[in-house]
Amino acid sequence: MLTGGMALHKPSRSQAGKNSRIMLLFIEQILNGLQLGVFLFLVSAGLTLIFGIMGVINLAHGSLYMIGAYTCATVSMASGSYWLGFLAAGLAAALAGALMEVILMRRLYRRDHLDQVLVTFGLILFVNEAVTMIWGRTPLFMDLPQSLSGSVEIVPGAPYPVYRLGVILAGLAGAVGLWFLISKTRIGMLIRAGSTNREMVSALGVDIDRLYTLLFAAGAVLAGLAGAFAGPLVSVQVGMGESILILAFVVVVIGGIGSVRGALVGAILVGLVDTLGRAFLRDFLGLFLPPAEAAGMGAALSSMGIYIVMALILVIRPKGLFPVVAGR
Amino acid sequence: MLKNGVRLAALAFAVAGFVAPAAAEDAIRIGLITTLSGPPGYLGEDMRDGFKLAIDEEGGKLGGAPVELLVEDDGLNPGNAKQIAERMVRRDNAAILTGVIFSNVQPVVAPIALNNGRFYVASNAGPSPMAGAGCHENYFVSSWQNDAMHETAGIAANNAGYKKAVVMVPNYQAGKDAVAGFKRFFKGEIVEELYTQLNQTDYAAEIARIRSDKPDVVFYFLPGGLSINFLKQYGQAGLMGEIPIIAPMVSMEARILAGVGDAAEGIRATAHWNADLDNAANKAFVAAYRDAYKREPTPWAAQGYDAARLIASALKHTGGKVLDDADGFRAALREADFEAVRGAFKFAANQHPVQNWYLLEARKGADGKLSLATTQTIVEEHGDVYGAECKLN
Repeated sequence: MLTGGMALHKPSRSQAGKNSRIMLLFIEQILNGLQLGVFLFLVSAGLTLIFGIMGVINLAHGSLYMIGAYTCATVSMASGSYWLGFLAAGLAAALAGALMEVILMRRLYRRDHLDQVLVTFGLILFVNEAVTMIWGRTPLFMDLPQSLSGSVEIVPGAPYPVYRLGVILAGLAGAVGLWFLISKTRIGMLIRAGSTNREMVSALGVDIDRLYTLLFAAGAVLAGLAGAFAGPLVSVQVGMGESILILAFVVVVIGGIGSVRGALVGAILVGLVDTLGRAFLRDFLGLFLPPAEAAGMGAALSSMGIYIVMALILVIRPKGLFPVVAGR
Repeated sequence: MLKNGVRLAALAFAVAGFVAPAAAEDAIRIGLITTLSGPPGYLGEDMRDGFKLAIDEEGGKLGGAPVELLVEDDGLNPGNAKQIAERMVRRDNAAILTGVIFSNVQPVVAPIALNNGRFYVASNAGPSPMAGAGCHENYFVSSWQNDAMHETAGIAANNAGYKKAVVMVPNYQAGKDAVAGFKRFFKGEIVEELYTQLNQTDYAAEIARIRSDKPDVVFYFLPGGLSINFLKQYGQAGLMGEIPIIAPMVSMEARILAGVGDAAEGIRATAHWNADLDNAANKAFVAAYRDAYKREPTPWAAQGYDAARLIASALKHTGGKVLDDADGFRAALREADFEAVRGAFKFAANQHPVQNWYLLEARKGADGKLSLATTQTIVEEHGDVYGAECKLN
């Protein structure tokens, strides 16, 4: 019988070879962290827009993410084209978002956050049950898009999935697009104005209700597309939105509520801290501690890592890294 | 007007609530408390449907005795489960409780039945404290003791000649138990233990470490959807053909396979039951289940069915008596005189199963569809290591 206890010693090989191997692993893990971060940005961008500009805490953001993933899986399975599924995911999420706004959220802008939390929490339960009734409980299968399957060796000896690189690029493109929309376009200007003084914008003859419906739908599209991106990577199943929602809120809070730039920086920070913590914290602690304790502490600390980072940032900058000046 | 309508509807529901339980006055009540909501809801769904199938096949009876099945969702919340169990035992007078999926819920539910002189038949979880010193004469586990599927993974790794293993589990009690179970029989070296977070969706960091460690085999335990996340990403990283995987069946069954798709080809799993096991009871069960529910049976469905059939065998012996002849019913349960769909089945002295464990492999059939095929018997008549501490008999 084996006793518990960590095998510390790697197979003996030359020190130089070992160092280069560790270096390669490190580069690969940084890439992994970046990818997780960019993915988190895709999920949290819509959340921070709705939260920051409209002042609504939308717990059902994860449900929109799930709707996106389910739609993408179903349509791409039926049509054989991932990209058709991707488009459908955006459309379905936009529709769901617009419906949510018109039927429910519109009544909540003036109510306090507790009411919003209650209603959107109810929405989570409602959407989960609805998805169960439509699709059943078996997780859906969803394949990689053909054009992005396979892997490339960015780091020699460590093939990296092309799809993950695609997610990084898509996320960065999304960030640039959002920045352009909000800072450089007329719609963006109206949205910013509306977040500062709703009545005044309305008095100037802008249909603020329609603007908010559009904005909410846009946030929903971002969530839905994030779901479509996530589909090939994670299990497409009921409740998949809730597991990602907490991380998305951490990102939003770190970045500064309402700031897209903050969401990007916050997301990448969270992705790197989480991935590198899981990958290396134990080895790092092993330098000072006995192996068993290092393993225990490493696992515990790495699961707390992002929350510790969030707490530290909030101590130094209570409104997040990039506080939005306008406010609500 | 609308308000009146609502009130009327509420009243109608209330009346219906009073009337319904009176319908089957002399039926034996069986309380099935299981997890029907959230991501693990499919486990409970299969458990319930497997159990119901056995009742439906007898036209509302088990072992010739009329039964009434009360089904409630615990929401994976021990607090909820406790309230439901108390209601079922005290108000509904349920004679038998069963159905709990999770090891953190069962220690709350089972004692409520046992302390009130009722029976508890565990149809999924078999946590170690209740297999050893905490065993009880009215507590029967018809599924497996938790350690068994991990222990048998260790044996399977030995059989395959693997010398170096990486183990990966979530950082909580069941995960640590899985590692302990695997180590109990694995004779090679564990080169790395990776502890993940519960609810983790991205496994890129762990996969990079596995690639760098180059073990002979990966043993991992991740429940349900987490397993799908990991397997998809493992396949995309190009490791599925490179470093083989052995997993316990909680991480690889028909529903998980459907979610992972072709990327799962070649993965091996340990299980006490599989849809292709060659015995008459199993063939009938698999056909009836597919026919009734239009989906593939999972181990949870088979366990629900076996639990119901075990209860049926005891009811047949006692002529439909449970609490009026508790000693007789208990003795009849111990006999386990029924054709289990998993094949040979008997109870050890601690009333936990002694049964065979099989190695399954995800393979493409003649129709090109991936399914789990039984490839070998890992170990026969495998019990558990806790029985010695049990003071029954």
